[in-house]
Amino acid sequence: MTRNLILGGLLSLVFVAAAVLSFAWTPGDVETLDIANRLKPPHAAHWLGTDHFGRDILSMLMVGARTSIAVALVAVGIGMGAGVPLGLAAAANRGGWLDELISRGGDLVFAFPSLVIAILITAIFGPGAINAIIAIGIFNIPVFARLSRGAALSLWAREFILAARVCGKSATRISAEHILPNIANLLIVQGTIQFSLGILAEAGLSYVGLGAQPPVPSWGRMLADAQTMVSLAPHVAIIPGLAIVFMVLGLNLLGDGLRDALDPRLKVVRA
Amino acid sequence: MLRYALKRLVSLAVSLAVASVVIFLVVEVAPGDPASFMLGINAREDTIAALRSELGLDVPKWQRYLAWAGGMLTGDFGTSYTYRTPVSEMVAERMWISLPLALYALILSTLIAFPAGLLAASRRGRTSDMGVMAATQLGVAIPNFWFAMLLVLVFAINLRWFSAGGFPGWDDPVQALKALTLPAIALALPQAAILARVMRSSLIDILGEDFIRTARAKGLSPGQALWRHGVRNALIPVLTILGLQFSFLLAGAIIIEQVFFLPGLGRLIFQAITQRDLIVVESVVMLLVFAVIVVNFAVDLAYAAVDPRLRQKA
Repeated sequence: MTRNLILGGLLSLVFVAAAVLSFAWTPGDVETLDIANRLKPPHAAHWLGTDHFGRDILSMLMVGARTSIAVALVAVGIGMGAGVPLGLAAAANRGGWLDELISRGGDLVFAFPSLVIAILITAIFGPGAINAIIAIGIFNIPVFARLSRGAALSLWAREFILAARVCGKSATRISAEHILPNIANLLIVQGTIQFSLGILAEAGLSYVGLGAQPPVPSWGRMLADAQTMVSLAPHVAIIPGLAIVFMVLGLNLLGDGLRDALDPRLKVVRA
Repeated sequence: MLRYALKRLVSLAVSLAVASVVIFLVVEVAPGDPASFMLGINAREDTIAALRSELGLDVPKWQRYLAWAGGMLTGDFGTSYTYRTPVSEMVAERMWISLPLALYALILSTLIAFPAGLLAASRRGRTSDMGVMAATQLGVAIPNFWFAMLLVLVFAINLRWFSAGGFPGWDDPVQALKALTLPAIALALPQAAILARVMRSSLIDILGEDFIRTARAKGLSPGQALWRHGVRNALIPVLTILGLQFSFLLAGAIIIEQVFFLPGLGRLIFQAITQRDLIVVESVVMLLVFAVIVVNFAVDLAYAAVDPRLRQKA
């Protein structure tokens, strides 16, 4: 359905544009405190109101979008960068020890939810956005490894791969030149979904204090700060949450739309 | 079936062993010595050395690993560096909040998802299907801890039906369950959305099968065919997701506990991190991973019991 694609694309674009714009301009300053104007509900000077330090919530959301997008994007990059070659190698070695090792390794990583990985990393290095990236990235690796292994396995049985083998091409070259381009659509769709899951995971990690640290604004951190003020000024809790919902909703719709547009037969795993 | 179960059991043991080595190694490379952290910067060398030896930190790493892993097998998780009490006691106490919470959420999510998935699949393409699908689309996009805050705002602060947080203990089970209700709803709803989608698509696949047409040809109404032949067959993928969800619920419980100030495993682990109580971190993480691996093992077995083809494949 193109409706999903357009709506999801537009929603995602709004957040990406806001994040990019925040490098050049924000309606207010996110570092200046204005205690006299704290917890003000949305009004003309501050469209989305102010937080407990009197900072403009819209500006905080714009700068926070940078953190969310950067963390989720790099985590998808790590997942794809490591997971796809592993999955392709496993498929090229189907039935062999390497395949077994990669598959079992993936099962093992799946036993560690990203929150648990983040807890372990934080126990060692202390909290920070980088740790959130690593934790979500590690969790993404087996997702992409499994997906690309499964898709590559069915391709290895096809005639055009057989032809490439008859030509004397090595497994690595076949994987890179013939398999990868054929599973690219699948990877893009799954990438969109992991990106949206990454936004949610980043928010959760920053909420419990394992992600981006103050003064770097992040959506999860804004919600953690808002928690004790929810009865005084509900908008400080409602607005950042809505931002997360719309961003994730946009990415999910985009993923669905892309899947339908690229190949209606594709089945995407929503882990 | 026995051979399959044994094979899976061996792989379960190997996974647990490898996971324990990974967790131990990761925590061991952590900078900062717990003994010097506990005694502060002005502590004398010999006092630190004495505490190190008391905590068992002066023996080689492999011996410590064996002592820790062996202890976990017998239920002895070591002694907390900070509180000097057995970690197993601390964990057991907290577990009585986190585990019931995750189970409560699992039951709620199943109770919401099954009827929703069934309704959507049986009325595919109609308004009720589209309504369910739109609701699930929104459900998967909502962060559970934010949803928890909204629940607090509406049901605790405005309506005053529930308390905004805390846990009264299990002495009064009704009050205890009441305290876990909002957290369980917050945890359950996003998972229910995923489960309902899986249930719907699984049922739709099944409804296109020949045996459903045969059942209809025999004179069964669409509802009867769906109920008698469709649901049971559609349950297999749903079971898998349900197993996977348990680990997400347990991990999610750690975050939700923060919203409701519940003294569960989440609170324990975050305190332990700030106090560098590494043995507690190690043990709780191992316990969480153990739960995930064992639940997946149980799901695999249940799966093989339901579908004989899977036993042969393995």
